[in-house]
Amino acid sequence: MGKEVNNIITQYDSDKKRLMDMLLDIQEEFNYIPNDAIDSLSEKLNLSKVHILETISFYHFLTLKNTGKYTIYLNDSVSAYMSGREEVEKAFEKETGIKFNTVSEDGLIGLFNTSCIGMSDQEPAALINNKVFTNLTTEKVKEIVQNIKDGKDTDDLMKAELGEGKNSDKLIKSMTKNNININKAILSDDYIPSSALMKIIKQERDEVINEIENAELRGRGGAGFPTDLKWKFTANTPEGKRYIFCNADEGEPGTFKDRVILTEKPELVFEGMAVCGYAINSDQGILYLRYEYKYLKKYLENVINKMKKRNLLGKTILGKEGFNFDIRIQLGGGAYVCGEETALLESAEGNRGEPRYKPPFPAIKGYLERPTVINNVETLSSVVKILNKGNYWFKKLGTEESRGTKLLSISGDCEKPGIYEIEWGITINKMLEMVGAKDVQAVQVGGPSGNCISPNQFDKQIRYSELGTGGSIVVIGKNRDLLKDVVMNYTNFFIEESCGSCVPCRNLTVIYRNTLQKIIDGKGVQTDLDNMLEWENVMKMNRCGLGQTAFNPIVTTLRNFPNLYESKLVEDSDIKQTFDISKAIQEYCNTTGRKPIIEE
Amino acid sequence: MKDKFKITIDGVELTANQGETILKVASDNGIYIPVLCAYEGLKPQASCRVCSVKVNGRTMTACTTTASPGMKIENDTPEINELRKIIVETMFVAGNHFCPTCEKSGDCELQALAYRLKMDVPRFPYSFSNKEIDASNPKLMIDHNRCIKCKRCARGIKTEDGKDLFAFKNRGDRILISIDKELAKNISDKKAQEAMDICPVGAILRKERGFINPIGTRKYDNNPIGNNIEKLKEI
Amino acid sequence: MSKPIVATTSLAGCFGCHMSFLDIDERIIDLFDLVDFNKSPIDDIKTFTKKCDIGIIEGGVANSENYHILKEFRKNCKILISLGECAIMGGLPAMRNNKDSIESCLKEAYIDSPATVNEDKIIPNDEELPMLLDKVYPCHEIVKIDYFLPGCAPRADLIWDALVALLNGKEIDPKYKTYKFD
Repeated sequence: MGKEVNNIITQYDSDKKRLMDMLLDIQEEFNYIPNDAIDSLSEKLNLSKVHILETISFYHFLTLKNTGKYTIYLNDSVSAYMSGREEVEKAFEKETGIKFNTVSEDGLIGLFNTSCIGMSDQEPAALINNKVFTNLTTEKVKEIVQNIKDGKDTDDLMKAELGEGKNSDKLIKSMTKNNININKAILSDDYIPSSALMKIIKQERDEVINEIENAELRGRGGAGFPTDLKWKFTANTPEGKRYIFCNADEGEPGTFKDRVILTEKPELVFEGMAVCGYAINSDQGILYLRYEYKYLKKYLENVINKMKKRNLLGKTILGKEGFNFDIRIQLGGGAYVCGEETALLESAEGNRGEPRYKPPFPAIKGYLERPTVINNVETLSSVVKILNKGNYWFKKLGTEESRGTKLLSISGDCEKPGIYEIEWGITINKMLEMVGAKDVQAVQVGGPSGNCISPNQFDKQIRYSELGTGGSIVVIGKNRDLLKDVVMNYTNFFIEESCGSCVPCRNLTVIYRNTLQKIIDGKGVQTDLDNMLEWENVMKMNRCGLGQTAFNPIVTTLRNFPNLYESKLVEDSDIKQTFDISKAIQEYCNTTGRKPIIEE
Repeated sequence: MKDKFKITIDGVELTANQGETILKVASDNGIYIPVLCAYEGLKPQASCRVCSVKVNGRTMTACTTTASPGMKIENDTPEINELRKIIVETMFVAGNHFCPTCEKSGDCELQALAYRLKMDVPRFPYSFSNKEIDASNPKLMIDHNRCIKCKRCARGIKTEDGKDLFAFKNRGDRILISIDKELAKNISDKKAQEAMDICPVGAILRKERGFINPIGTRKYDNNPIGNNIEKLKEI
Repeated sequence: MSKPIVATTSLAGCFGCHMSFLDIDERIIDLFDLVDFNKSPIDDIKTFTKKCDIGIIEGGVANSENYHILKEFRKNCKILISLGECAIMGGLPAMRNNKDSIESCLKEAYIDSPATVNEDKIIPNDEELPMLLDKVYPCHEIVKIDYFLPGCAPRADLIWDALVALLNGKEIDPKYKTYKFD
């Protein structure tokens, strides 16, 4: 064991900033991180063991116990439940004979839950040894578990056709589907790799940024910060090393558009990074890829290598003296919060993904304390298209304040879930028509951190100042119990994914969940509703976007569907309804064999 | 000489030096802004959020925000104190804070802040969550019931060669502070005392001694937390 | 005009709060000028004989008897005060809340404890005994409580000042030195 671990450490030059990579490689090798490995890391990196454990225990996919020869992570997002996850979950437990969050005694199978894996349009879905299995049914589970018991290779666990497009590439070989329903600008087929680079090498750096400024491009991750400003802030820092990160950690439940871009148009993303590299004078790009998309890593690395061979990356790109730009891939470890840009940087530096306080902003002090630009996958793709076709073309798309197109990942109760590249400004009604959704109770715009809207708001437009979104759209049909099926799931998601650093986020989210449960149980009172709205102001004191929106599943439904809550309330009384004496004495009576007699 | 400029806190005009945080400017001028995770000499972390103030109408943490000319800061207002109180109350129910049994009672910053903010009872139900006491270290005891995860121990207490003695484990509401069993095995009495002192609550205690200060002579028995800062104003 | 009536009780408490109440020393004479007592260990009246103005509760709710008494207090008193840490947050008895089951609690108390001699290993289960609740509850989680006076025990001055304020229709404004959680 020692030898393998030492090799891994040496491979990353014993650089403690690459701790994440080392831990991920060790996990890959042993299905867990053995104590001896922690000893070696501690010794070689000169870090205390608690420091290493601090990082390990933060990430969902890094474990201290063996997760089994076949490790099964079944997604537990709302879209999964809508598609029949409950049956699949039962089937897994029945076929394997073990419960979730355990490993079979022989160490063969481990069953675990996991947050959204970016397959919402083909749920229920699971990751088994990092390979994606979609559209699961009880029959398919049976087949998978049987094949596991027969010792088959992960590739052969389930008979299924490979997905369309690049999903069938020999380096991916995944049954994942792209489900592209509409492509407009980013996903259109008119892209020729190198076209943007050819253009910019004839330009000054400023000109490139100006073109982006004129196109009025805003960040596509959700926050909508002007891209050119981020670039300018970094470009204006004193000379020295600068970094470019592409944020491919799309963890918002219900979003999967970056997966499709990275599968079908990875050159577009890498070229966008190189363009940014030229514009801000940086020679190092890092793609932060969420762990759930690990199955794309080899393929993406191959694309990078091919681009290097064509001199679209590497030294003296396209013969331009002084234009050097390299890209490496940094894997995440399973943490939604790492989609927050400063948490992402912490993670990339080998730490827990706890967001940093701002200022300083990453543009000034980012990765390894150097100026850093962090852009979303879709943003960087847009950059290339803007340079190819000009800012006028781009500005013609969308609305005045939201230029261009947006990739929507649409799932839930509709006929045609999948990717829709629309122009900003489309109404929810139009969108629902497009995806074939009838009898809609609510639409979750922007994932759990976004807004859950009701039919009387369906004439609103998807654009930054009205209904902003990073791209996750979940359609919720009339037959769903909104509070139980959706709001509770999302609230639990935030509790699971909170980094736990800020007190309101760590503590109040749990209190929100308990209060919601109280209301669902028919024990809530009006004061509970008033309180949940008041606590919003405390949640907004949290450091990062996760904490500042973790109450949204409850608060947006409380605002938009007040009747759902109010109809479950009881009158507040001097004797609290939450307390049930017969329940409270039950355990004692069971223990002592006494009859539960309660005199009134 | 450093640049000096004016800011106001709750309408009082103060002189600030370039580069100083709002917290520092306030403290130097006899104005108390409550803190829990901030600690003299440590890089701020801004995780407890109780030092939140309104800067020109926006909520910011005083421990990390650098003062700049003309800032109008709200600090001791009913609105902000109510938000702080809610935060403190969540800590009381998330952990198990049995003050009467705690050696740090009277010297505890969380408790003192509750006094100052006039918390009689938390508005939330107590969680009574199951938490461990780790007494494996020969010199120190870690009581997870009382830990408020401010990370002051992890940030402030290091080995001679700069390694971490304390660190977090897990994430979200499952976070625990943990002690490096091997490195802390031979911890000196001095270091152990430092660890106990840096802890704002009674989560880190020294073994084989206790209740040194009788009731009535403890830090916050007679005067509220922040009193030492506010005294500056009177001079 | 008749004097306001006060009732007091100790639920799962140690009577320390009542002791502290008596610590108002000679002011107790003034107190008897100000109020009448009804159900209370102070005058040993066991059951409510009339409606009261102020009910003072010491101790949390650990068993079925505590629960019934607390409900009686709520029904018979206009104002209820949780007095002391146990009433407010369960206090020391609530230290069992986050531990194991009732079964292990009883075993620890009656069988396993090194200080216990119980050769027949009987866990008392007489029908007359109050039944333990699954955990010790703060009073306000069971009935509405109007005021909270913290402390273990609450300082006598805190109790006195609060009562005087209430009797005079004023807000309770505790002095810093009397307002403690221990």
